[in-house]
Amino acid sequence: MGVLHFIVNEILSQPQLLVGIMALIGLLALRKSVNDVVTGTLKVIVGFLILTGGAGIISSALSPLGNMVQSGLHLHGVIPTNEAIVALAQKSFGAETAIIMGVGFVVNLILARITPAKFIFLTGHHLFFMATVLAVVLGSAGIHGASETILGGIVLGTVGTVMPAFVHPFMKQVTGGADFALGHFNSLGYITAAAIGKVVGKNSRTTEEIKVSPKVGFLRDSLVMTTLTMIIIYILLAVIAGAKSIAEYTQGSNYVMYSLTQALTFGGGIAIVLMGVRMILSELVPAFQGIALKIVPNALPALDCPTTFTFAPTAVLVGFISSLVGGIVGMFLMGPLGLALIIPGMVPHFFDGGTAGVFGNATGGRRGAMIGSFVNGLLITALPALLLAFLGSLGLANTTFGDSDFCWVGIVTGGIAKTGYAGTFILTILFCAVLVAFASMVTVRSNRRARGAMGSSVSA
Amino acid sequence: MKILAVCGMGFGSSMVLRMTIESVLRELGVNASVATSDIGMAKSETADVIVTSSEFSQLLADQGVPIIEIQNYVDKREMKEKLLTVLPK
Repeated sequence: MGVLHFIVNEILSQPQLLVGIMALIGLLALRKSVNDVVTGTLKVIVGFLILTGGAGIISSALSPLGNMVQSGLHLHGVIPTNEAIVALAQKSFGAETAIIMGVGFVVNLILARITPAKFIFLTGHHLFFMATVLAVVLGSAGIHGASETILGGIVLGTVGTVMPAFVHPFMKQVTGGADFALGHFNSLGYITAAAIGKVVGKNSRTTEEIKVSPKVGFLRDSLVMTTLTMIIIYILLAVIAGAKSIAEYTQGSNYVMYSLTQALTFGGGIAIVLMGVRMILSELVPAFQGIALKIVPNALPALDCPTTFTFAPTAVLVGFISSLVGGIVGMFLMGPLGLALIIPGMVPHFFDGGTAGVFGNATGGRRGAMIGSFVNGLLITALPALLLAFLGSLGLANTTFGDSDFCWVGIVTGGIAKTGYAGTFILTILFCAVLVAFASMVTVRSNRRARGAMGSSVSA
Repeated sequence: MKILAVCGMGFGSSMVLRMTIESVLRELGVNASVATSDIGMAKSETADVIVTSSEFSQLLADQGVPIIEIQNYVDKREMKEKLLTVLPK
């Protein structure tokens, strides 16, 4: 009993050790050298501790922001930043997140092996973020322990398999049939943008004929973008809300300069979290890929969204701007609708909006890219606000998840979880079964069409 | 030698690049270490070759090392062709 107690309380509830064990198993399964196994395992553990260290900095830099929005605008102000909320969540949900990620990977492998939807989700940070969403919504609804991790893992593995499958018919149009899929949890936004492009884009020419200056590369530097956004938001809010709103924090120093420092500190916290995530993923992802290729040899890897950017770089820029406009329009609708004020974050609008632009352009040219990404911008404003209700006490942390799939999956799972243990098990399995069946159907149909097209071109 | 794969965050598409580079290096029997980095940190890292997309290559042009621009991050043939132009014979 003592040994079991020790394992549960001193090892399994220590997320950094759990993630380390997962990396260790992966590296051993790939028969890596002793050197690689030792460095890999230790880097993952240290990386996790770095990540939780960054969380403290982020949370202290965010808390005055809440006061300013509260007293200046009388609203609950929230900036969706995945890295921030994920890091904050690790304090209470770290162990559950780590196990959900492990179970989710196994479920993804099984589904890819036995169903026609042969997609392996390899975007490690999004798996990690989605695992966090699930741990938080299940835990906040009162589902704990083994049930939480098994149910979370099933949902994670399912969405990791089905979302790339749903996007894939459009993805083929984007890449011209390259042998990889899109593994990025804003799939709902991409499907919406592509569908809208199809409807509105008749005879609209491609964005790629528009010439843009190549000097906009800094937009893709997420640290610069995050910090810049925070500086603008912080100073703007400080001016609107006035010195009094954050007097308890500034302790006599100038409130605008104090706000600037907090914005820069937030950037520092994000840099630390990113470094931790990088250390974890640089060991986990190749291990994931190695194992996946052995178990499901003919699987398609589902990869991060910038892998699509090279196919339509101008559409990325058009998409980013349209999405941001959508986010700003959406922000002004939040108050009247009685929702929290979602302040547009540059990073989600750039990566999600940019990718939505690529998809909208593929199906509907310029018009598709613009309108599709604009709707994506509305989506990633409304959905994060709705998710807040399912995040428990974390919902008050002035930040939330930024991409559409985190939100809708979190809302559905969180809603299901409110039905109690038995209901949650039944409804979760049902929910996942429907998704898998639908994804299999989409994949089979899309493959048949591709083969048909190939056949007809050969005969012609 | 050290190859640096660069993207916006340093763990998404740069990880994909790293895995493609590593498998091509294995095929070629070349021994090299491959690291990933985000665009901000990339400027302070030392490397013999940088692999990235066209938008970033311009930002890294003054690093003084050969830069490879990749379009399809998982295409081993593209990677192999472009790597062969910079690898020591």
